[in-house]
Amino acid sequence: MLSLVLIIVASLFFMGIVIRTKSITSGRKGPGIFQPMKDVIRLWKKGAVFSRTTSFIFQIAPSIYFASIIMAILVIPFGQYRGIVSFDGDFVFFAYVLALGKFFSIIGALDTGSSFEGMGASREALYSMLAEPAFFILMGSFALYTGHTSFHEIFTSLHFGSYISYGLGVLATFVLIMIAMIENSRMPVDDPKTHLELTMVHEVMILDNSGFDLGLILYGTNLKFAMYGALIANFFTGTFSILISILIFLLVQILFAIMVGFLESFSARFRMGNNAQFIFTLTSISILIFFGVLLIMGKFV
Amino acid sequence: MAYIQIYIAILILSLLVIPFLKVKWKGILTLSAVIISAILSGYIALPALLGEKLEFILSGTLITGEISIRIDALSGWFILLINFTLVTGALYGLHYMKAYREQTSNISLHCLAYLLMQTSLIAICLIQNSLIFLFAWEIMTLSCFVLIIFEYQKQATLKAGITFLIQSHVGVLFLTLAFIWVYYRTGSYDFEAIRQFSTTFPSVVSLGLFFTFFIGFAIKAGFVPFHTWLPYAHPASPSHISGVMSGVIIKIGIFGILRMLQLIQTDYLVLGYFILVFSVISGIYGVMLAIIQHNLKKLLAYHSIENIGIIGIGIGLGTLGIGQENSSLVFLGFGGALLHVLNHSLFKSLLFYGAGNVYQATHTMNIEHLGGLVKRMPHTTILFLIASLAICGLPPFNGFVSEFLIYSGLFQGMKNIAMLNIMTLLFSVFGLVLIGGLALLCFTKAFGTIFLGNPRQDYNEVPSESKSGKLVPMYMAAAGIVSIGLFPKFFLSLLLEPIKLYGDKMNFISNNQTSIQISDTLQYIGFCAMGFIVLGALIFFIRKLVTNKKPKPILATWGCGYVGETKNMQYTASSFIRSYRKLAEPLLSIKKHKIEIDGVFPTLGKHETHPHDKIEIWLFEKPWKRMRYFFGKFQFLQNGNAQFYVLYGAVFITLIIGFPILQDVIKKIIYFLNQI
Repeated sequence: MLSLVLIIVASLFFMGIVIRTKSITSGRKGPGIFQPMKDVIRLWKKGAVFSRTTSFIFQIAPSIYFASIIMAILVIPFGQYRGIVSFDGDFVFFAYVLALGKFFSIIGALDTGSSFEGMGASREALYSMLAEPAFFILMGSFALYTGHTSFHEIFTSLHFGSYISYGLGVLATFVLIMIAMIENSRMPVDDPKTHLELTMVHEVMILDNSGFDLGLILYGTNLKFAMYGALIANFFTGTFSILISILIFLLVQILFAIMVGFLESFSARFRMGNNAQFIFTLTSISILIFFGVLLIMGKFV
Repeated sequence: MAYIQIYIAILILSLLVIPFLKVKWKGILTLSAVIISAILSGYIALPALLGEKLEFILSGTLITGEISIRIDALSGWFILLINFTLVTGALYGLHYMKAYREQTSNISLHCLAYLLMQTSLIAICLIQNSLIFLFAWEIMTLSCFVLIIFEYQKQATLKAGITFLIQSHVGVLFLTLAFIWVYYRTGSYDFEAIRQFSTTFPSVVSLGLFFTFFIGFAIKAGFVPFHTWLPYAHPASPSHISGVMSGVIIKIGIFGILRMLQLIQTDYLVLGYFILVFSVISGIYGVMLAIIQHNLKKLLAYHSIENIGIIGIGIGLGTLGIGQENSSLVFLGFGGALLHVLNHSLFKSLLFYGAGNVYQATHTMNIEHLGGLVKRMPHTTILFLIASLAICGLPPFNGFVSEFLIYSGLFQGMKNIAMLNIMTLLFSVFGLVLIGGLALLCFTKAFGTIFLGNPRQDYNEVPSESKSGKLVPMYMAAAGIVSIGLFPKFFLSLLLEPIKLYGDKMNFISNNQTSIQISDTLQYIGFCAMGFIVLGALIFFIRKLVTNKKPKPILATWGCGYVGETKNMQYTASSFIRSYRKLAEPLLSIKKHKIEIDGVFPTLGKHETHPHDKIEIWLFEKPWKRMRYFFGKFQFLQNGNAQFYVLYGAVFITLIIGFPILQDVIKKIIYFLNQI
């Protein structure tokens, strides 16, 4: 319960901090950190335009996409506190529920019969597919390390002992951040601020969504970011008391947001054709973590 | 005993009566015969599944020896799931075949073959006498062949049928070899002899025996590289037959493998690693080829190979569990595999029935020509969507449950940190994830291009929704899919007995703790699935409440300001998977024909891709070519002159008679030379 509330709180200002960071680094003052949320609320109040080509799939897709994100968030624990949903192997459920959301957002895009949206859908399907092994091997390594297979048990029994384990923590954070960037279609895989449909991934998929549905999708992105932030925060909130944990959580979220802002300010988007290779490379970092775990467990010595 | 007699009486009676009925009644009688035999065999199978082993021995003949019939939990599970798919198949077929009403005799043959196939499939599950087993296996193959070549007028269909027939018989050859091997060593045709064989001989020998069986059954199941008949046979046959074939026939191969695993005592560790690696490769290869197909049924056929791979991963994991004496691995591995057998039979038959609806409405199976069917065929769309989600292993449907079991098993297995074990399991996790992701890509492509958007070509006639007769069996399968997704605990509890067959192989009693833990987890997943549905509905309801009063103008799709006709500018299936194709090109074999648009006055441009199966090329086409080349050298012998043929005969007779004489002469000469 606690994690759900905290993630929702973090989602309110996360994107605001990203945008603020980007503004400041480019020499502007930028909007307040709650501006993205205000935009979403404005969208929720608006009517919507629907395409002639679309069917009921287009109507239900954003809702199911959003529901899948909420469901995934329910799985995330907070420190010693379980998520609302917690069972052995819940990270499999987490990944597959997100995949369900992705399925619907893809067929929602294809439902418009547009000449552009299939492009984004195709890219998103491929990229998320390629990012999946990295996540599973990462979680598999931690399952191996701790001997548990649920988020909550993994995070509570995760303790950093040797230098290698710190290295692993850093690598895992890196992989999670990259997965978050891919899942949310941000730099360096996708540039949300691009103005050309041909170079978009996620933005081109939601070209035809408007009003409430668009609001849901945009807020979904904020939630997803906060969700991955929470996953990263869980690495550090091990056995602290609840107040300190909450403080660490918020700090991690803010740092994560600033980092995303910096990343988007100072890096350029990769060539679309090479994205696939780049994403697949993440799997090799995960495998590195896996070998690191084996090293700690004394398999190599 | 009486059941068997009643069963056979009904079968023979319907076989005799069907050819003389009117077309309408042929179908109805077949359907009722199928349902009655399903009920009769189900009545025996259900107690068996719950643990009541049934065993009796028929006297048999001098040649066959005693025929033992044993119905254990494994047979029970397979009989029940075979019957369910066969009943939905018959129901669907009844209405599907209406389009071919004029071909009366062809339909009679079709009905007879369907009934024979059902009986032989059930018989295969029960009979534990090698000779009779092979007999039933042969009947199944032949009846299946007849079912496939229903549209025998088309050359492609006939070719597919013959491919199926030949490859199946290569499988029979391996099975026969293995059975003869056992008979030669033990002198008994009973399946118990196989167990005896494997306990008396060293484990390397029984490993060899298992592999011989494995190849025989793997050809039926469609493991890579024995899969090449599948992508031809499925598109060629009528849709209900494709559904039944993919749902049930290839599973009988899995049944064979499972049965042999139960009987043969050998080095389970080696076997486990072998099956795991083999299955992961099958799974990945199947789905990689599925993505690039343009023919919907061919695409689904390659997905069957993928799912056989997933089932194989479960079996391999369970076998590894026996080898490591790890009861939770046995439970999760075999449980996942057996549940996935049921799951796949449900969603794959549903997908094929959906493909049948699409085919009869549009008369094409080429994905690139379809589109926009959601508005014309809403029921088919929803059913196809459910099946697509299920086959991708997404919650809240059944595919997720079995894949979850296998995932849990793989992660559990990693606790044993022997290097080989952990690397194999890591590879399997990687493979399973990749399979899931690629399936998602494939089915968003298939579903998106067939049902969504605008039609990519004008249909000859306006496609319309299928009659309810075809939809009812589809809804039955969909109900199965949803109920397994929502109440997985119940279905797992049905599997306790079949799993125990393998748990008993280990020397210690399989502890109940894992099974309780897992069934609790599954119940939890069931709740989560329900919760997810409620959550989705709630959000949709809120959306409806909020947007109810708002203006909702209906306009054209956004096309950068262009509002004209964009039908031909839509994303096609090929373009949807283009980036994937570029990525996977080194591993695949795709022939491209391209006519670029250029010049001042551009003419028609064209781009065609023809996917080929690399393994098929290397394993069949190339050796076949060489062989033809070699035998082509002897073509001069067959010159069509009767005189020459008489000459050959004369030469042959002379040789036959002359050879012994010649041998004698040579012996004498040698003798003579020795004497000197």
